[in-house]
Amino acid sequence: MSEHTTTTAAPAKQPAPTGRTTSGGGLLAGPVGRNLGLVVAFALLCIVGVVTAGDRFASADNALTILRLAAVVGVVSIGMTFVIIGGGIDLSVGALVALSSVWATTLATQAMAADTHWVLMAGTAILVGAIAGLVNGVVIAYGKLVAFIATLAMLAAARGLAEILANRRTQIVQDQDFLRFFAASPLGVPMLVWMFALVAVLGWVLLNRTTFGRRTFAVGGNAEAARLAGIRVQRHTVALYVLSGVTCGLAAVMLMARTTTGSSTHGTLLELDAIAAVVIGGTLLIGGRGTIVGTVLGVLIFTTLSNVFTLNNLSSSAQAVAKGVIIVAAVLLQQRVAAGRRQRRSPKALPPTAAEGAPAGASPGVPAS
Amino acid sequence: MSARHRRLLTSTVALLGAGVMVTACTGNTPEASSSGGGGNNAASSNDDTGDTVTIGFSAPAADHGWMAQITAAARAEADGYDDVDLVVAEGTNDVSAQIAQVETFINDGVDAIVLLPFDGAALTPIALEAMQAGIPVINVDREFDDPDAARVTILGDNYGMGVSAGQYVCSQLSDKPDAVVAEVAGIDSLPLTQERSQGFSDALSDCGLDVDNRVAAEFTVESGEEVTANLLQAAPQIDAIWNHDDDQGIGVLAAITNAGRDEFFMVGGAGSANAMRSIQAGDSVLQATVIYPASQAADGVRLARLLAQGKALSDLIDVEVPRQITLSAPVVTADNVDQYIDSAFES
Repeated sequence: MSEHTTTTAAPAKQPAPTGRTTSGGGLLAGPVGRNLGLVVAFALLCIVGVVTAGDRFASADNALTILRLAAVVGVVSIGMTFVIIGGGIDLSVGALVALSSVWATTLATQAMAADTHWVLMAGTAILVGAIAGLVNGVVIAYGKLVAFIATLAMLAAARGLAEILANRRTQIVQDQDFLRFFAASPLGVPMLVWMFALVAVLGWVLLNRTTFGRRTFAVGGNAEAARLAGIRVQRHTVALYVLSGVTCGLAAVMLMARTTTGSSTHGTLLELDAIAAVVIGGTLLIGGRGTIVGTVLGVLIFTTLSNVFTLNNLSSSAQAVAKGVIIVAAVLLQQRVAAGRRQRRSPKALPPTAAEGAPAGASPGVPAS
Repeated sequence: MSARHRRLLTSTVALLGAGVMVTACTGNTPEASSSGGGGNNAASSNDDTGDTVTIGFSAPAADHGWMAQITAAARAEADGYDDVDLVVAEGTNDVSAQIAQVETFINDGVDAIVLLPFDGAALTPIALEAMQAGIPVINVDREFDDPDAARVTILGDNYGMGVSAGQYVCSQLSDKPDAVVAEVAGIDSLPLTQERSQGFSDALSDCGLDVDNRVAAEFTVESGEEVTANLLQAAPQIDAIWNHDDDQGIGVLAAITNAGRDEFFMVGGAGSANAMRSIQAGDSVLQATVIYPASQAADGVRLARLLAQGKALSDLIDVEVPRQITLSAPVVTADNVDQYIDSAFES
């Protein structure tokens, strides 16, 4: 709305507003601006929470509860962000979480862990996730299967295997050291929240500050161009799915700690929650663009939503409706922000847009920059 | 009730008969529960070997402990009879696949069909077809739309479960008229969840209480943990919680432990061995659970055999097997847990 008024005002007193809007554009181009829709939605949710539930919402305990609930889906969503930015999709994450949690809690694994250390259980879960991710990646990158189909197949197969391994029973984690470690709260913040924070920070660094991250954007943006630029696209694709698998294994460990069980029903429909969080976080489903910050905000919005609904004693069905509305509203809002940015640039018209397209393609030709 | 007592009696006899040596080497619960199905030690002539009958059995996929026990108990029951040939179709949550299974049973000309439909309404037409083909259908747990579609219907008592839980909560909180009662329901869209909740609130209103906070999980451990973590935030002070299902109850208990809350007591549902061990040990907020018998399909197999062999229930004077049997939903507490733990299912 406000962008619209500034653009109509623009012709009247041209120099000043353009200066203002470009600076606004600079701000909007930053991580906060790109996630403006999310920040607004999140702030609104928090206001609703404070108004309707008062102190029960606005307490440190509740904030930690929300973060703890966000942790599992959050870790998976970070992995999912990489896969989607890289131009793929991973529908198997929920099933991989189930498989990893079951494999890590079988009697055999638990017996081995009891003889050695609980780290063995955690390691098993992550290894299982990584191997399943490797299978996904190889099938997609070298088998040339569409990611949607390959991971759909993995979804079915992994959950089936989990059911066979667990014999469809819930497996209880016996190792008290394992449970104690993850139930601890260093500096007053639960271990699971620390893990989520750590994964998010590592994910951010990996995506924004390393070659791996830049290659991910390149592969997702235009795989052919990336190949011509000398990136081993297939190998990189495999790495992305392995990364997603590892986050699934980690999420399985966290879920085992939270629920004290491993079960083939863990992570049911987790893939949809993760994809929803990633998408409302501003990551393009066709790949090539996305942020970790947006994903984290997306996860927090959904978890806060269910928290606020429960605090007000509302049904889970109403919650599902609200979730759907938020997905659409957040994406629409982002499109407006993006469109508004394009509109604001249009007075200065072609040169900047050309320049915007330029850096990637043209910088080799402009030695000065 | 009388059927239950008889079962208890038979299993006790079986345990004694099995000898003292057994008690020394195994405390295995499945052993004990399956021995109740042996059938060689009942008082009537019904268990004498008769004409060999083929019984078709179909149930949803055993994706949780209770359902796994349903099929396992039915198999164990059939194994106890020399004259029963149980054909078990692969458990499925796909309605059309289950219809196909029943069609196969009809084509094969089985003597009786024990059917726990994934969806009672959807399986009604094919069950009617079986009945018209002269094959008695024993409907277990989830009722058909049409009473003519089954010769016998065996049901757990979902409404009664809610009532039992509510009455137990009332008995514990009778002196606190403003007590806070919370409910962790199962999948909200299922009729059985609605019946349980209805029974619970009806029973509570009889003693002037009501459900202050209600959340719905999905019968899985993970969902139980999730909704309970939020629930505990929503209600800073609780006096009692009823959780519909002991499978998801593991998650509910984990959330309670995580939050460090213990000012209330909790009542479970379904009656898993796990929950009963907790009740026995008395080391958690779980004080009681309400049974939803996992033996109903096994009872269905027994009745199917009686029907196919033209026999009747021995403890009834009537010469026919009854049309409908609703199983009781008793409350298990530390006082009577020993009586039920042997027949409980592993989640």
